[in-house]
Formats: sequence, C-alpha cells, structure tokens
Amino acid sequence: MIHKFDVVIVGAGGAGLRAAVEIPKEYSCAVISKVFPTRSHTGTAQGGVCAALSNEEEDSWLNHAFDTVKGSDYLGDQDAIEIMCQDAPRAIIELEHMGMPFSRTKEGKIAQRMFGGHTKPDDPNDPNSKRHSVKRACYSADRTGHVMLQTLYENCIKNNVNFFSEYFITDLIIEDGICKGLTAIDMATSEIHTFQAKAIMFATGGYGRVFRITSNAHVGTGDGCALVYNAGLPLEDMEFFQFHPTGLWRLGILVSEAARGEGGILRNNKHEPFMEVYAPTVKDLAPRDMVSRAIISEIRAGRGILGSDGTYYIDLDLTHLGKKVIDEKIPEITGFARTYLGVEPTKECVPIQPTAHYAMGGIPTNFDTEVLADNSGNKIKGFYAAGECACVSVHGGNRLGTNSLLDIVVFGRRGGKKISEYLKTAEEHTFNTDPADKTRELMNKLLVQTGNEKISVIRRELQENMMDKCGIFRNQADLEQMKVKIKELQQRYCSITILDKSKVFNTDLIETIELGNLLDIAESINESALNRTESRGAHTRVDFPKRDDAGWMKHSFIWKNTTGGDPKIGYKPVVVTQFQPMERKY
Amino acid sequence: MQVTFKILRYNPEKDKEPHYEQYRFEASENMTVLDCLHKIKWEHDGSLAFRRSCAHGVCGSDGMRINGKNYLACSTLLKVLDTKKTITIEPLPSLPIIKDLILDMTDFYDKYKAVKPYLINNSPTTGDSERLQSNADAEKLFESAKCILCACCTTSCPSTWTNDNYIGPAALLKAYRFVFDTRDEAADERLDIIDTPDGIWRCHTIFNCVESCPKEINITWHISQLKKELSNREL
Ligand SMILES: Cc1cc2nc3c(=O)[nH]c(=O)nc-3n(C[C@H](O)[C@H](O)[C@H](O)COP(=O)(O)OP(=O)(O)OC[C@H]3O[C@@H](n4cnc5c(N)ncnc54)[C@H](O)[C@@H]3O)c2cc1C
Ligand code: SF4
Ligand code: SF4
Ligand code: FES
Repeated sequence: MIHKFDVVIVGAGGAGLRAAVEIPKEYSCAVISKVFPTRSHTGTAQGGVCAALSNEEEDSWLNHAFDTVKGSDYLGDQDAIEIMCQDAPRAIIELEHMGMPFSRTKEGKIAQRMFGGHTKPDDPNDPNSKRHSVKRACYSADRTGHVMLQTLYENCIKNNVNFFSEYFITDLIIEDGICKGLTAIDMATSEIHTFQAKAIMFATGGYGRVFRITSNAHVGTGDGCALVYNAGLPLEDMEFFQFHPTGLWRLGILVSEAARGEGGILRNNKHEPFMEVYAPTVKDLAPRDMVSRAIISEIRAGRGILGSDGTYYIDLDLTHLGKKVIDEKIPEITGFARTYLGVEPTKECVPIQPTAHYAMGGIPTNFDTEVLADNSGNKIKGFYAAGECACVSVHGGNRLGTNSLLDIVVFGRRGGKKISEYLKTAEEHTFNTDPADKTRELMNKLLVQTGNEKISVIRRELQENMMDKCGIFRNQADLEQMKVKIKELQQRYCSITILDKSKVFNTDLIETIELGNLLDIAESINESALNRTESRGAHTRVDFPKRDDAGWMKHSFIWKNTTGGDPKIGYKPVVVTQFQPMERKY
Repeated sequence: MQVTFKILRYNPEKDKEPHYEQYRFEASENMTVLDCLHKIKWEHDGSLAFRRSCAHGVCGSDGMRINGKNYLACSTLLKVLDTKKTITIEPLPSLPIIKDLILDMTDFYDKYKAVKPYLINNSPTTGDSERLQSNADAEKLFESAKCILCACCTTSCPSTWTNDNYIGPAALLKAYRFVFDTRDEAADERLDIIDTPDGIWRCHTIFNCVESCPKEINITWHISQLKKELSNREL
C-alpha cells in the first residue's frame, strides 16, 4: 500500500511527538512507531528535565550551558548548547501549559531538584570560581518521562495526529540526494507499506540493547541509525556511549540519579563513601562517566561486594533518607529494588552496577535538526532527525542527567518548525523504482534462509562482548578482538533460521531485523572507539588515558563500507563559542 | 528448578480455535514471567507472540492473565507463584485475540480517547511563567497520572465482561486525572461524557480493578470521587 503525506515522523517518543504537535493543521502528518506511542522509551525516564527556571534558587542559562559544555568534556557544539539552555525555561513552561503535572514548590511553581553535574559558581560574577550543586531539574516525583510522554501523546490526540502504531520501518529512500520516503512493515499483517513524503523525520531513539547490561527497553535497537548507516550516510561520535553508574545489579534497570540528588551515597565493601576521593567537591553528584569509572575502579581494586553469583556490585545507600523522602520523592525506583531484588531500601543498601544507558552519538544534524550528508555541512534535502537517535551535538562526550528530556522537547519543536517552513515551498517527489522491493527481498531472504544459528545466541554473544571489550574501559587489543567478533557474528547472522513463518505479528522476524541493526551499530561504535586514541567523556582508552585537545577536539564521522571492507572515518571540528576547554575536575 | 508453563496459543493463519500448549524448562525464582516467555521464544518456539518493551513495569505492554489474575508479565516474579504447579498464561480477557498473547486493544484505546484525555484550558496564560498549582493539588493527580494503559483493570472488571459498552475503570481514571486538575476548565464536559448508563454508573464498586492494577492505583477511590462530584453537581 502507498501512503502520501506532507511529513512522516518515525518515532512516538518525546522527540517525535513534540515535533508532531508543532506541524500546522494544513499539512498532513503521520507518526509511525513500532510500539503504541505511550510504550515508547521516553516513558521510562525518571529523574527530571532541566531548565534554569530559578524556582528554588538563583540560576542562569549560562550556568547551565557551562555545565553542559564541561559535562560533554568539551566535545559538545557550543552554539547548539547555547540554543538548548537558553530555550529550556520556555520549553518547560510550555509543557506545563500543555498539562504536564509537575511536583510544586511552596509558591505553586514547578519544583526543582539537584542532579549530577548541574552546578553554579560560588561567586555569581566569576564562572571559573569553585562550583556547587544547584537545583535545576524539574520533576514529577520519579516519573518525569512518563508524564511527559503522556502529556505529549494527549496533545497529539487533541490535534488529531495520524498514528501508524506497530509499524516497523525497514527502509529509508534517498534518491539523488533527496529523502523521498520510507517503507514499513505493518506488524499485524506483515504487509509492506510505502510512505511518500516531502519531509521525513527520524526520532527513533537509542540503541542500549547493543550491550548486555542496559537500562534501555528491548525495543532500543537503533533501527533509525542503522538505516541511515546502511543508506551510505555518516553517523557521528558513535564511540561515545554513556554508562549510567546505578543500574540494579545484574538487571541493569535504572536507579535514577534522583536517588543521589535526594542524598543517596555510594559505598564500597568497607562501607566507605568512595566518591569523596574521586570528586571531592560534588562527590556522588559527579557526572555519570566519572561515577561509572569510579565504581569499576573500586571493584577492580577489590573493594566491590561479592554477589551470590560470583559477580561484584557496589552499594547505593538510601537508608538515611527516611521513609518519607523515599516514598514521596523516589517511590518508583525504590519499588524496583523491592520487586526485582527483594531489597528494602529504607533498611538496606541497594546493590548496583553501571548500566548502558544513553547514546551521545547518532545521526549528524545541525541545530535545526536537518540531517547532514557529510562532515562539510551539506544536507540531505527533506530529511530531519531529533532526539536520542540524533547527534546535534549538545551532549558531546558525555550527557548530563536531565539534558535528554530537554533535548527531545527543544529539538523536537525546532524540527517541527523547520519542517513546516520547508513545506511551504517543498515539492512532491516520485520514486525512481518501487521502494517496496528492497523490503520484500529482505523479508523473503530472512524467512527462507536456513542454518543452525539462533537470534538469541548471536545477540547474547554480541551484547556480552560489547560489554567486556567496548564498554567503560577500552584498549586497542580488546577493540581489535571485538572487530573480529563482529565480523564473525555478521557472517553467522546469515545462517539464522526464523522459526515463525506466519504473517500475523511475526515478532521473530522483527527481532531478526533488529539484530541486524544492532550488528551494524556495534560495528560503528567499535570502529570509532578503535580510531579515537584519547580518553574523553564516556570514551576511556586505558592505553591513551589523557584527553588530547590538540589532536582530538573534533567529532568523528563514520561511513559504512558497503562493499564489505572497513568503514571510513572523517572528522568535523567542534564549535567553540565562549567556553574554552579546561581540565574537568569536580 | 523445572517449571511448567501452559500458554494459550492462537495463530489465525492456521488455528480455528485457541488451544493450550505446555512448555517445561529450567528457571530460577528470580526470573519474571516475561523472562520465561523470552526463554520459551528464544530457545524453544520462536513463533510465540507477545508484546513487551521496557521489562520493568513502566510501559504497559505486557498485561496478561497469569494463573487467572491480570498482571504485567515483567513485574511478576516466579517466586510469588506456586512453581510446583503448572503456571497458566492467557491473554487478558474480553478483548479480541489477534495472535497468542497479543490482543486487539482498539476498543480499550477508543474508550480512553472518549473522555477527552488532554488538558482543556482556553484562558490566556501568563506567557513565560507556569500556571500556579499547590503541591497538594498536584499530588492529587499523581496517583491517577501513574496509569500506564496496560488494560489489566478494565479487562478484570465484571461489568466489562457483561457489557461491551461499559467505558471501564481505566477511562474513568483518566477522566479523574483531568476533572480534578485545578488547571483544567472542561470538568463539566467530561462529567457529561461519563454520566451515562454505560458510563460511570456501571461501576458497582467490586474492586477487581484495584486488585489487578500493577501500579497499585486505588482506582475505585478515584471513581468514587467522580461519583461524588456528579452528585454534588445534581444538587
Ligand atoms: C531508564 C531511563 C531513564 C531515563 N531518565 C532520564 C531523565 O530522568 N532525564 C532525562 O533527561 N533523560 C532520561 N533518560 C534518557 C531519555 O529518556 C531518552 O534519551 C529520551 O527519552 C529519548 O527520547 P526519543 O524521543 O529520542 O526516543 P524514544 O522515546 O526512545 O522513542 C523512540 C521511538 O522510535 C520508534 N521506533 C524505533 N525504531 C523504529 C522502527 N524501526 N520502526 C518504527 N518505529 C521505530 C519507537 O517505537 C519509539 O516510538 C532516561 C533513559 C532511560 C533508559
Ligand atoms: S470497581 Fe467498578 S470499575 Fe472496578 S472492577 Fe468493580 S465495577 Fe469494575
Ligand atoms: S489503572 Fe492500573 S491497571 Fe488500569 S490501565 Fe492504568 S495502570 Fe493498568
Ligand atoms: S514490558 Fe513494559 S510493562 Fe512489562
């Protein structure tokens, strides 16, 4: 079936829905999602969304921008960061006007709490003076993402947005440098649908499922990024993947930084609050990359706590917060500890370990969400990307907590605006060939191929190896091995037998396509990691432990080699406006 | 330990009627029912179909009937079930089955949409500042705003089983979420929508819904607040 729209948005998380709300009624707009919109990953976000509202204490967008730049380890593009931080208060107020329920201050304003890496200078006139934590994260208990997603979906219902729920996109059609449309499988019937549109936006979210321990949903398989990579377009900064310090031990389910924002403390096997050593000023509220490294360092130094299955964890101590704070401020996450680990957080410490959490890298865009065709600023006409799948780059080498929910609403809206502007003059395009052919071939190939490989086995091997070899601490030998491993898995992928041959909700087939995407994503992460011979933000090379500003103040761009050889890598300089790089100490 | 799962299977392309299939496999008590379904799918039978995403009880994808009770598969640990006996897994009742544990949720979503689930406020805002709301008033909404639209409640409700048109607890809870929001101006409109024989008055306070809500929302309490509001309106 062929559908025609002015604009098609892929992804019904915060970024996609915020963009959809922005498209004026005179244009036809469709939103495609592989899950029902409110099941999107944005709904799992817990802790908050930040803006220098100054509702609890004096703050400024410049403080916020300073923190974001420093948090990014100076890899974030400062023009984009300035736009985001300056726009943040407006974006939050707008969500409130849309109906998002927030926790409130005594005056009835939006309440704010502390979060890792968000600070202000002791001396307000000197940004370089010593800094302390500031209350900047707006929240709704610990369900901020859930109520944000609900509110945006509610506004889409109000605006009568067209949804194609449980449609899985399989191909992106770019011909003559113009993005013309895409194909999708209707999961309920396996029917192939072609969407022809003047503008396409990808808001397809992250790819945490490339790692074994992750806070990301099962659907976080980076499909959008993989399609872009396979279309011969570059991905940016793929080596930067954030591990959140506090995932529930063995499970990876996230325990939000809000737990530490409310006063939680990390402790080793001697019950020592070890973050005092690693980040003397902000301690447990240091940025995520630092806290994750500190945890692994403690465990490697023999100060982890031995778990029942022979693996080690670290304690998150919330016992001193009292039942009232735990029940009112962080009920959801303490509930997870009770349900999944059988731990009572008011009385016992919660066992945690770092968990793969957030993709800083992704589809390169400018700050109007227009997708870049290369590293010299050329664009693909009619193609936009926003949210976690995109790399603007506002998060650089390491994202600060609460900056992603902000990113998705700020850039989701900017994308919606830019697309509306483009549609005023955009013309309709026709396809050169039948775009459904490729998806039909893919489905046929996967359904008939036979061999003795299983999806689950290959996926498991990929995730475990990525965790060990391309995780928090990296080195050349491991990354070289990983490269060989990925090649092997890509080979074995061709011998998977799909057991389900049916057309109705063939989730076996969908999982196989997702696994193919994960393999491509892993290749781009690993290759970029191998190439970057320095340590910056979340990318830590033990064989190159220092940040190297002279050699590496630049973004990596990676292109797939469609003939099977090694990917190609190029660079783009970081945009610096007013914040000069300095040592990142907290 | 070895566990036995008996799962309702239905493939519309080859089965006339749904039937049960049994699976016996090695599991541990800390596994969730979702982990077990994955194990079956990934190791034994790839054709088993079910929805899931977050795997920790926040996206609302995997509500199903586990030993006769509606709950989320990802939030049910084996240790709370009697694993010596066969564990029965069925789709939620009273919605059409598409395949195995996957239901057609259209009717459920339509009822949710019927209560105008969005803030309606046409008064001008003060532009660059938020509408004020006391924390106490905000907190009155939090419990209802926790809803993840999993349909465990509505499909457990005896009034739903006997009357397809009953709007159901999830939609009523959503109505509460906006009727009691101090920022909303369309309470009357919404109250009119639910003040019908197939609306709120089909609820006979049987509490099944509360027992099956994985987010521990006291749905009946919220419905009773709406009923109170409606009777105040009559006066
Ligand atoms: C547990 C957790 C807690 C977090 N807490 C916070 C927090 O407190 N503050 C903060 O700022 N950030 C937080 N984050 C990060 C933040 O939630 C995410 O980065 C953000 O929500 C991503 O939004 P998105 O709109 O880009 O994508 P998503 O919400 O992931 O949506 C992706 C969409 O794309 C669709 N899609 C993907 N592939 C396909 C395909 N092939 N076909 C069709 N549709 C497809 C999906 O169906 C989905 O609708 C958290 C993340 C996690 C995992
Ligand atoms: S209390 Fe009302 S809504 Fe809940 S199960 Fe009973 S009749 Fe249904
Ligand atoms: S009220 Fe509870 S049971 Fe009902 S849909 Fe919402 S979360 Fe599910
Ligand atoms: S998978 Fe999300 S609620 Fe169970």
